Amino acid sequence: MHGTTLALIELGAVLLLLGILGRVAARIGMSPVPLYLLGGLMIGVGGLVVSGVDASGDLHSPVGAIDEFSTLAAEIGVVLLLLTLGLEYSARELMTGLRGSWRAGLLDVALNFTPGAVAGWLLGWGAVGAVVLGGITYISSSGIIAKVLNDLGRVGNRETPVMLSVLVFEDLAMAVYLPLMTALVAGSAILAGLQAVGIALVVVTAVLFTALRFGPQISRLVHSPDQETFLLKVLGLALLVAGVAGALQVSAGVGAFLLGIAVSGAAAKQARSVLEPLRDMFAALFFVLFGMNVDPRTLPPVLLGALALAVVTAATKLLTGYLAARAAGIGVAGRWRTGAALTIRGEFSIVIAGLAVASGSMPPEVSAFATAYVLILAVAGPVLTRSADGFGRRRAALARERADRRAREAGLV
Amino acid sequence: MCRMSLNETPLPGIGVRRELDIAAGRRIGVVTHRDGQTDLILSDRDDPDACAASVPLTLEEAASLGALLAGPRLVAQLEDEHAELPGITTRQLILPHESPYAGEELGSTRMRTRTGVSIVAVVRAGVTHPSPGPDFLLEGGDLVIVVGTGEGVRQAEKLLAV
Repeated sequence: MHGTTLALIELGAVLLLLGILGRVAARIGMSPVPLYLLGGLMIGVGGLVVSGVDASGDLHSPVGAIDEFSTLAAEIGVVLLLLTLGLEYSARELMTGLRGSWRAGLLDVALNFTPGAVAGWLLGWGAVGAVVLGGITYISSSGIIAKVLNDLGRVGNRETPVMLSVLVFEDLAMAVYLPLMTALVAGSAILAGLQAVGIALVVVTAVLFTALRFGPQISRLVHSPDQETFLLKVLGLALLVAGVAGALQVSAGVGAFLLGIAVSGAAAKQARSVLEPLRDMFAALFFVLFGMNVDPRTLPPVLLGALALAVVTAATKLLTGYLAARAAGIGVAGRWRTGAALTIRGEFSIVIAGLAVASGSMPPEVSAFATAYVLILAVAGPVLTRSADGFGRRRAALARERADRRAREAGLV
Repeated sequence: MCRMSLNETPLPGIGVRRELDIAAGRRIGVVTHRDGQTDLILSDRDDPDACAASVPLTLEEAASLGALLAGPRLVAQLEDEHAELPGITTRQLILPHESPYAGEELGSTRMRTRTGVSIVAVVRAGVTHPSPGPDFLLEGGDLVIVVGTGEGVRQAEKLLAV
C-alpha cells in the first residue's frame, strides 16, 4: 500500500477510536483523558492490537505509518494545551489570585511536590527524576476540576474561589517549573537550570507587566474580525513563539503559556473559542501517543508504587484543600469538598512526564509510572469529589454534636 | 434596599459570581460563565457554603425571570402613586408568544380606544421601557404594565389574549 494512503487509514482509525472513547467518557460522566491513555496503551507497542515485527525483529507500533505526523501533532498538542491554559486567566486575575492565595499556594507546593520528589529519589531516578515526579504529583488538573464542579453544581459554592486560586497559583508555578525541569532533563548542570529559571522569571515578569499595562493594545494587535484569519494568526504566533522559546531552552510549552497570559480580553475569548476544538484534537493525539509509547507489560511492576504514591498524594492534597479552605473561613463540609477536588490529577501531569521522557535521559519507567498514577487519580479523584459532600456533612454534624455535648456538660457542672 | 449586601466574586477561569445575602438567611445569586451561560444559585439551608440548587438558564429565561421578579415592585410603585385615585388598577400582564399582537406595533392594539386602558411600561429582558410609543414593537414574553379601571384591565387581558 502507498505510504500516504496507509497513513490516512491509520490516522483515521486512531481519530475514530479517540472519538468513540471520548463519547464513552461523556456517557459515564468522566474526563476523556484516562480513556485516551488507555486507548494509547491498547494500540501501542506491546498492546492488545497485534504489533508488527520489522526486519530487525523489533516490535513496532501497529500505526507506524503516522509516527512522524503523530509526534509533531503531539508537540502541537502540548503547545495548545499550555496556550489555552495561559488564556484561561487574564494577567489581572493571576495577580489578584496570587495576592490572595500565596500562602495556600506555598503550602500546596510543600505538601504535594515533596512526596513525589521523595518517591522519585527512592525509585532511584536521581535528583532530576525527583524533580520530574515532584512536578507530576504537584499539579492538579484544572480542566477536569472545572468540569467536575460544573457537573456537580458546585460552581456557586463559597469554597470554589479558594480552590480556583490554588489552581491559579499552580499554573503560575508551572511558568517557573517547566523551564527548570526542561533544563535539568536536558542534562544541563544545576547552574544552567537556574539560569533558565532566571530567564523564565524575567520573561514572566515582563509578560505580566506588559499584559497589565498594554493588554488592550496587544489584544487589538491579534484581534481580527474574521474567524479564519484570526485562527491562522493566533496559531502561527503560538507555534512561532513556542519554537523560539524552545530554541532558547525555555521550553516550547512555556513560550505558548506566556503568550496565552499576554493575550487577554476580547482577543482571549475569541482565541479560546477558535482554538478549543483544535486543542482537543491535538491534545487527544498527545495523550494517545503518550499511552502508545508505554508498553502495557511495564505497567504491573510500577502499579503498586503508583498506587501508594496516589494514596499519599491524595491525602496531602486533601490536607492542602482543607487548610486553605479553613483559612478562608469555610465550614467543615466545604473544607473536605475543596481538598477532594484538588486530588484530581490529569493532563498536566502527563505533559510534565511527556516533556521529561522526550529528552531521552529519563528511565522508561517514568512514562509507565506517570500513566498508572494519572489513570488512578483522574478516575478516583472525581469519585472522591462526588462523595466528599456527604462525608464532609457527616463530619460537620459530628463536630456540632460534640460541641453541643460539651456545652451541655459544661452547663451541668 | 441599600442595606442589602451584593457580593461580587471573580471565579478565575470560570466567570463571575454575584449574590445577595437575603433576609431569609440564604445566599441567592447568579454565576455568569465566561461563555455567557447563567446559573441561578441558591445556598443550602444546612451548609451555607454549598448550593442547594444551581440551575442553568438561557439568556431569555434569565431575562424573563428578571422581569417577573422586578414586576411587582414596579406595580407597587405605580399603585402607590395612584393610591388617592379610587377605581384605578395597575396590573402586569405577560404577553403570550401566541398573542395576535406579539411582533406587532403597540399602536395596532388600539388599547386606549378599545378599553380605556393605558400601557405605561413594558419590561423586556430585565430592562424597563417606560411610556412606550405607538410604534413600539411588542414581543412574546414581554411584561406589559397597564393602568385603568378594573373592567378595562379585564378587557385588556382579553385583547392581548393573556
